[in-house]
Amino acid sequence: MADHPLASGASTAIVASTVATAATATSATGATGGAQGATPPAAGIEARFAVDYAGFRLDVDLRLPGRGVTALFGHSGSGKTTLLRCVAGLEPAARGRLVVNGECWQDDARGIQVPTHRRELGYVFQEASLFPHLSVRRNLEFGLRRIPAAARRVRLEHAVALLGLEALLERMPDRLSGGERQRVGMARALLTSPRILLMDEPLAALDHRRKQEILPYLERLHDELDIPVLYVSHSPDEVVRLADHVVMLGDGKVMAAGELHATMARLDLPTAFTEDAGVVIDGVVAEHDDHDHLTRLDFPGGAVWVQRQPVALGRRLRFRIHARDVSLADHRVEGTSIQNLLPATVTEVVGADSPAHVLVGLDAGGTALIARITRRAAEQLVLRPGRRMWAQIKSVALLG
Amino acid sequence: MTPEDWSAVRLTAQLAGLTTVLLLIVGTPVAWWLARTRSRLKPLVASVVAMPLVLPPSVMGFYLLLLMGPQGPVGQMTQALGLGRLPFSFAGLVVASVIYSMPFVVQPLQQAFEAIPERLLEASATLRAGPLDRFFSVVLPLARPGFLTASVLGFAHTVGEFGVVLMIGGNIPDKTRVVSVAIYDHVEALEYAQAHWLSGGMLVFSFVVLLTLYGRRRGNVGGGVG
Repeated sequence: MADHPLASGASTAIVASTVATAATATSATGATGGAQGATPPAAGIEARFAVDYAGFRLDVDLRLPGRGVTALFGHSGSGKTTLLRCVAGLEPAARGRLVVNGECWQDDARGIQVPTHRRELGYVFQEASLFPHLSVRRNLEFGLRRIPAAARRVRLEHAVALLGLEALLERMPDRLSGGERQRVGMARALLTSPRILLMDEPLAALDHRRKQEILPYLERLHDELDIPVLYVSHSPDEVVRLADHVVMLGDGKVMAAGELHATMARLDLPTAFTEDAGVVIDGVVAEHDDHDHLTRLDFPGGAVWVQRQPVALGRRLRFRIHARDVSLADHRVEGTSIQNLLPATVTEVVGADSPAHVLVGLDAGGTALIARITRRAAEQLVLRPGRRMWAQIKSVALLG
Repeated sequence: MTPEDWSAVRLTAQLAGLTTVLLLIVGTPVAWWLARTRSRLKPLVASVVAMPLVLPPSVMGFYLLLLMGPQGPVGQMTQALGLGRLPFSFAGLVVASVIYSMPFVVQPLQQAFEAIPERLLEASATLRAGPLDRFFSVVLPLARPGFLTASVLGFAHTVGEFGVVLMIGGNIPDKTRVVSVAIYDHVEALEYAQAHWLSGGMLVFSFVVLLTLYGRRRGNVGGGVG
């Protein structure tokens, strides 16, 4: 995906001016808002919602960053889609307050409830929800035609190129594959030049192959959009691949919210107790070894060697190190096949999902690691916070 | 066919046309409300709208006559407004027909509206379409087959009504004497030839209408909403 012809150049600027514009508009809204005008318009998203349904209650109070991808992550029934719909104004029963990059969309205390069609947002539904009576082109133009010409920051050709829709424009939605439909849905949402993009499990209805087909497009959106994206997902894979921030929801409540890498490294969250537990690291491509077909990825506190990647030096690559792939030694082991060894300090030791195992939190010079080892090994090694160890990394999973 | 017969045909077409137009205007919001509401009043309204399906036309006509008559509340209102009395006038026929044919327009529309996924309306709202805009750019095009069915059934059913017309309109040539009443007159007078012309015409008309409707439906498979 990194060397895709569209990944560089002109299209980069697509929504670049959004944040600046939002800031200007903000002061205007703030002024009309009157009474509480003392607080300066802050970038970011303030979302406080309470909704009561039979047998389910959503109650959240969140401050989210005003840019980057924030994953709303949780099991089905955790309230993540309801939260997204609250942001879009699609849950009329929701009480609370919502401010998106300075613009107030809901504040029950002041009687403000901006209807959905007046909120500058883009929404991608789980099912693409294309209009069946309109061609792909007319679907794309639906939102575009409804915003003032001066507010159009995304041109049709840009969105079409970004999502690879050139060949589909004249087709009717029933002649598209699921993945194609979803791409059209994303382009259609982008063409309203939104201040925020809301995506409700856009990949959930797709099979594995279609997912792989769309993920690069999502990553490209992430790289090129300068607006906040709220991305609902129950798939840890998607979250670690796309998100910068993560909000974990359970039973309608926020269990954790924070920066992705830090949150994934936490040992007090349910994510730590799954087969999938592990950290996410952003590495920079620092060296290619063409003789051994390896690539070195540097990150704060260390480096790992992975299979040779067709990626230019200096580019960022995200990867995961699963807790199950990290073992520990109290000295630098010689004569091992494991190539990636990192000195690290133990930060905490907690029980794992099975009574036979523990999770060990590690600090490798500024980068967090988690190791899942047997309780017996932990006792033999006398693992305590502060103890210096060597982390032996058996495998590194590249994302994207 | 006598000039009086032609006059009856023309009057019938006018009545059915006007009734259909009025029904589409009145019936669309009613059908939309019935299709989308979660109100407890829904069964009540749905039942009232569907009453003409089961009531004998004479019962409908009787009560409408009382309502619109000089002593009835509607009658007193129309008189107070200077509109005169509705019974035994073309206007009265139109009002009665609108009520009598209501379910034939509302029900197909309601079904068409119910088939439109809520998700599409939400999608159009997130694409900046306001409520009216949503109706005209999403609901109307997707419900087009429903509108066609509703119009055809509303028109054809109004053409075919007899009992209500007789009760409300009577039998005044050029004013309230529609084809169905004219046929009755001819049969009463043993004018079988004229009765044949009009009845045969109705038979062919009804058959062609239904054939068009069902033929179109078959050709329209795949126009589903998904």
